[in-house]
Amino acid sequence: MDCYTANWNPLGDSAFYRKYELYSMDWDLKEELRDCLVAAAPYGGPIALLRNPWRKEKAASVRPVLEIYSASGLPLASLLWKSGTVVSLGWSAEEELLCVQEDGGVLVYGLHGDFRRHFSMGNEVLQNRILDARIFHTEFGSGVAILTGAHRFILSANVSDLKLRRMPEVPGLQGAPTCWTALCQDRVAHILLAVGPDLYLLDQSACSAVTPFGLAPGVSSFLQMAVSFTYRHLALFTDTGYIWMGTASLKEKLCEFNCNIRAPPKQMVWCSRPRSKERAVVVAWERRLMVVGDAPESIQYKQLTIQVLLDRLVLRRLYPLAIQICEYLRLPEVQGVSRILAHWACYKVQQKDVSDEDVARAINQKLGDTPGVSYSDIAARAYGCGRTELAIKLLEYEPRSGEQVPLLLKMKRSKLALSKAIESGDTDLVFTVLLHLKNELNRGDFFMTLRNQPMALSLYRQFCKHQELETLKDLYNQDDNHQELGSFHIRASYAAEERIEGRVAALQTAADAFYKAKNEFAAKATEDQMRLLRLQRRLEDELGGRFLDLSLHDTVTTLILGGHNKRAEQLARDFRIPDKRLWWLKLTALADLEDWEELEKFSKSKKSPIGYLPFVEICMKQHNKYEAKKYASRVGPEQKVKALLLVGDVAQAADVAIEHRNEAELSLVLSHCTGATDGATADKIQRARAQAQKK
Amino acid sequence: MAAHLSYGRVNLNVLREAVRRELREFLDKCAGSKAIVWDEYLTGPFGLIAQYSLLKEHEVEKMFTLKGSRLPAADVKNIIFFVRPRLELMDIIAENVLSEDKRGPARDFHILFVPRRSLLCEQRLKDLGVLGSFIHREEYSLDLIPFDGDLLSMESEGAFKECYLESDQTSLYHAAKGLMTLQALYGTIPQIFGKGECARQVANMMIRMKREFTGSQNSIFPVFDNLLLLDRNVDLLTPLATQLTYEGLIDEIYGIQNSYVKLPPEKFVPKKQGDGGKDLPTEAKKLQLNSAEELYAEIRDKNFNAVGSVLSKKAKVISAAFEERHNAKTVGEIKQFVSQLPHMQAARGSLANHTSIAELIKDVTTSEDFFDKLTVEQEFMSGIDTDKVNSYIEDCIAQKHPLIKVLRLVCLQSVCNSGLKQKVLDYYKKEILQTYGYEHILTLYNLEKAGLLKPQTGGRNNYPTIRKTLRLWMDDVNEQNPTDISYVYSGYAPLSVRLAQLLSRPGWRSIEEVLRILPGPHFEERQPLPTGLQKKRQPGENRVTLIFFLGGVTFAEIAALRFLSQLEDGGTEYVIATTKLMNGASWIESLMEKPF
Repeated sequence: MDCYTANWNPLGDSAFYRKYELYSMDWDLKEELRDCLVAAAPYGGPIALLRNPWRKEKAASVRPVLEIYSASGLPLASLLWKSGTVVSLGWSAEEELLCVQEDGGVLVYGLHGDFRRHFSMGNEVLQNRILDARIFHTEFGSGVAILTGAHRFILSANVSDLKLRRMPEVPGLQGAPTCWTALCQDRVAHILLAVGPDLYLLDQSACSAVTPFGLAPGVSSFLQMAVSFTYRHLALFTDTGYIWMGTASLKEKLCEFNCNIRAPPKQMVWCSRPRSKERAVVVAWERRLMVVGDAPESIQYKQLTIQVLLDRLVLRRLYPLAIQICEYLRLPEVQGVSRILAHWACYKVQQKDVSDEDVARAINQKLGDTPGVSYSDIAARAYGCGRTELAIKLLEYEPRSGEQVPLLLKMKRSKLALSKAIESGDTDLVFTVLLHLKNELNRGDFFMTLRNQPMALSLYRQFCKHQELETLKDLYNQDDNHQELGSFHIRASYAAEERIEGRVAALQTAADAFYKAKNEFAAKATEDQMRLLRLQRRLEDELGGRFLDLSLHDTVTTLILGGHNKRAEQLARDFRIPDKRLWWLKLTALADLEDWEELEKFSKSKKSPIGYLPFVEICMKQHNKYEAKKYASRVGPEQKVKALLLVGDVAQAADVAIEHRNEAELSLVLSHCTGATDGATADKIQRARAQAQKK
Repeated sequence: MAAHLSYGRVNLNVLREAVRRELREFLDKCAGSKAIVWDEYLTGPFGLIAQYSLLKEHEVEKMFTLKGSRLPAADVKNIIFFVRPRLELMDIIAENVLSEDKRGPARDFHILFVPRRSLLCEQRLKDLGVLGSFIHREEYSLDLIPFDGDLLSMESEGAFKECYLESDQTSLYHAAKGLMTLQALYGTIPQIFGKGECARQVANMMIRMKREFTGSQNSIFPVFDNLLLLDRNVDLLTPLATQLTYEGLIDEIYGIQNSYVKLPPEKFVPKKQGDGGKDLPTEAKKLQLNSAEELYAEIRDKNFNAVGSVLSKKAKVISAAFEERHNAKTVGEIKQFVSQLPHMQAARGSLANHTSIAELIKDVTTSEDFFDKLTVEQEFMSGIDTDKVNSYIEDCIAQKHPLIKVLRLVCLQSVCNSGLKQKVLDYYKKEILQTYGYEHILTLYNLEKAGLLKPQTGGRNNYPTIRKTLRLWMDDVNEQNPTDISYVYSGYAPLSVRLAQLLSRPGWRSIEEVLRILPGPHFEERQPLPTGLQKKRQPGENRVTLIFFLGGVTFAEIAALRFLSQLEDGGTEYVIATTKLMNGASWIESLMEKPF
């Protein structure tokens, strides 16, 4: 039996280490790794190598080669690099390879070397080039930070939702910083950089100088810095061979160490020491490796959840295994099997040798109505592979129109998008498609499309009513909707026109439209209004005062109030104001003027078509009992009691009511018997009632 | 705090809590101090969901009304716009944001769209170059707002006009979304009935949305037994008539907005001796009206003529209760009396308020003109002289009574006659244009498009058939102790509510003929439930029907439905939902167009 302590070597005073091989790499590398750009994904993910990264010759043989291996060195992909010079490689949390080019372009590849997309770090970089780049991970996703040739930092905290943030300038920075890193604190990404003996922290708004707590004196330059995977800890290596280890906030020191090696290390990274919760920093030079540590890490991170594990299996196209795991763990469908199937479908649509029909059918057969499967995501993938027809077929299975429509628009199937939007009933979606169509089609085609979709047409009309009045007119014209055209011009006559001639002209157009719409009434009313407008204009000129935009009724009233009775009469005749209303009008106006003489004359001009009770009422309203009584005597028998009560003649009212033998009138009079002198009247009524009952 | 929402058969506090939670979650996303910039229209409805205290708890320090140009200064980290998704509002927001950018320290901007995020609006913000300025752009699905224990409203002012005049179904989409939210909280509604074109569309959208949500299987035991969707244009008559319930009259005369009413202050001055009427308050008295107030809950749905006796009885009970203090002799008795004092004082205050309101209303209802108007309305509804020019309407026009009143009466006559004879219609129209101004030709056309005013086509008047079959006119109405829903209009039984009543018993099959005369399709849909969720009703247990009025509902209709809910042998209890709480005046007003 071997001694347990065999193969263990002392490390320092209190620790021992041993070396043994976990597994051997399957790869067959010809170059040394030092000549390659290398990036290994976290959690034992894939490794990417870019060979000959700096060769720029055109000969294919010496072009850079991008190779991807599994963690154990199994080759996954190999491709000739035909794009620009790569500055940095890195893996995103989703195991996508980000290749940052000197010109600011970032190319994104999948695990199997399949090109996914590209984005740019901004135009500024095109001129200045990129000196250096870092790929970092935050809780939102993976970010990219770059250092430009002008020594400015630009970063995006999440490459799947690209928002570029240009960090503030570092005062007095002439050359590249000696070292820098991206940090993530309080859910915000920062840059920490070293310029000689100074450290600076850049956030979105400011650049602040910082000093690590308890830093040994005498440092004239920071040569290397390393941040731990969780962004909690930071290690700094100085030109004095001194290592400071502490929290990333720099406010707390965990330990320090002087290794007496002044040469800049090639690499410095944080690691966990075996079977302990302590964290340590590994520093590597050309031929020397050093482990420095004494930083207890209290929190264990379990970022590699079951979801991530499943994602990784899916990325490696091990679908059946992933599904078995889901079933074994009894994961809910939405999180488990459905998701795997959706991934499978996305892979399936890339099989170009299978026909659109077959792929669509195969996918639908497997997925059916499985909850949580987004057919539109799969369709988007199909479209991304250039299979538009397949995408449209797949979208047919998508029940959510909100998801169908944007993709259909992207694929330029706007008319199909329109009918899907209408089906959904979501008017906002319909509007969105309409505005899209409006830009895409010429006017004629656009109108024609609208014509076939009444619901869309009415929505678009509403839009035009508020936003594009001229288009609204064109729409009505196209449909020969003369009634609406008439209304349109009426509105215009009020809103758009100031001068009377313009207003009348607009009304003329309206009247013509109403004739075409066979709306005789509206046409005539409009012509009357034109006449009235012209007349009001003349009245203003001749008499002064405001007449425009008064109604006919108010115009006549204003004339009477101004003493222009003849003109008023004329106007009433010209526009055929009905007699009854004219009487009401005059009565009201004359009472307002308190022109009692004229009122009396008017009342005697002929028999009143509205009776004489209104005369009594209006005089009482003006508190003129004397005048009121004149008219009360002329009120017809039906309203006599009411009139007498109005002028306060309770006794006579009682007599009339008794004469009428009308119970309702009797109680009305009785309810007015409130004065001290009304007692006799009340008795009289009671007697009359009693008599009536006897009979 | 909103206990009255949980009094009913369905606890609507659950909904209120859900929307409050959603609001809190959004506010917490915008960490730090905040200012809210309000689309003014939203403040009323929001008041029913969250008071200022809730907002304050979540660091809302300032509130502004959305206006053009610059925002008022505020030292806050976040500026949040609470808006309806309307293009014109986006323009104002952009103006605010752009002028803010030029000034001082950067803040975080956010938008909360109520009730729905809009691509159209976001596109507008993008065109104006400000879309990128917003960190959070979210939606707050405040579709149905709980007003009372049995009442929900979307408070969507323009819903009727949009649906029936402009063929814009945006509010129907929101209604369907609101119903989906209700179903998420109260379970799938197994049966859907409907009458009308809009009802059909909402049902279609619901069925479609349900399909979109497959997977999130609803496992809540259904609270509602069925849903009845009713188009307002199936019953254009009811809102035109003057409501005669207490709450209905308050609304008719003073207008109830988001459950508040503003009243003339003179009547509410506490009567003190020697205080000779000086210092009369000038500001309107604002009162909240809902069933949280015991007395109001008792009288709101009564015919106004039955309110007086309740109030005087209450007055006797309360003064008797106060007299009790003379009988309290022992310390224990006094203690008991004192403990009841707050409740008694509240009751006395409530009684004083409603006595004042009743006096105010009585001044109106006893006026001669009110009586004349009511007489004409009742003649029309019972089918008397609907086919000729009415002299009361003529006189109203000649005396230039408010235009809305005139339009309401003319429309009522038209509806009660299945349209007016062309000659009569033209006469009214000409009189209105000459008296009130030519510009109202646009309003008249709107009323015609909505079917409220129209020429009789084919010379047939269907109204008598409808009136007789549905027993819309009841001669023997008992206002004090009603036996039929017709008490809410002192004779006229609201058509909409009659349809609901007949659906519940004996079923619509009995009135197929009338249903065919009324506009739009009638239909029934079933939403299958998993076997575990199927309800087994106990004998004697009432069904719960959610009745949704698309295009608005009046307080009198609500009163009639509550009357049906309370019937001993009614068999159905109603929860009422609507796009808008309205009355004839606000309804006509929403259809008016003023070109200048």
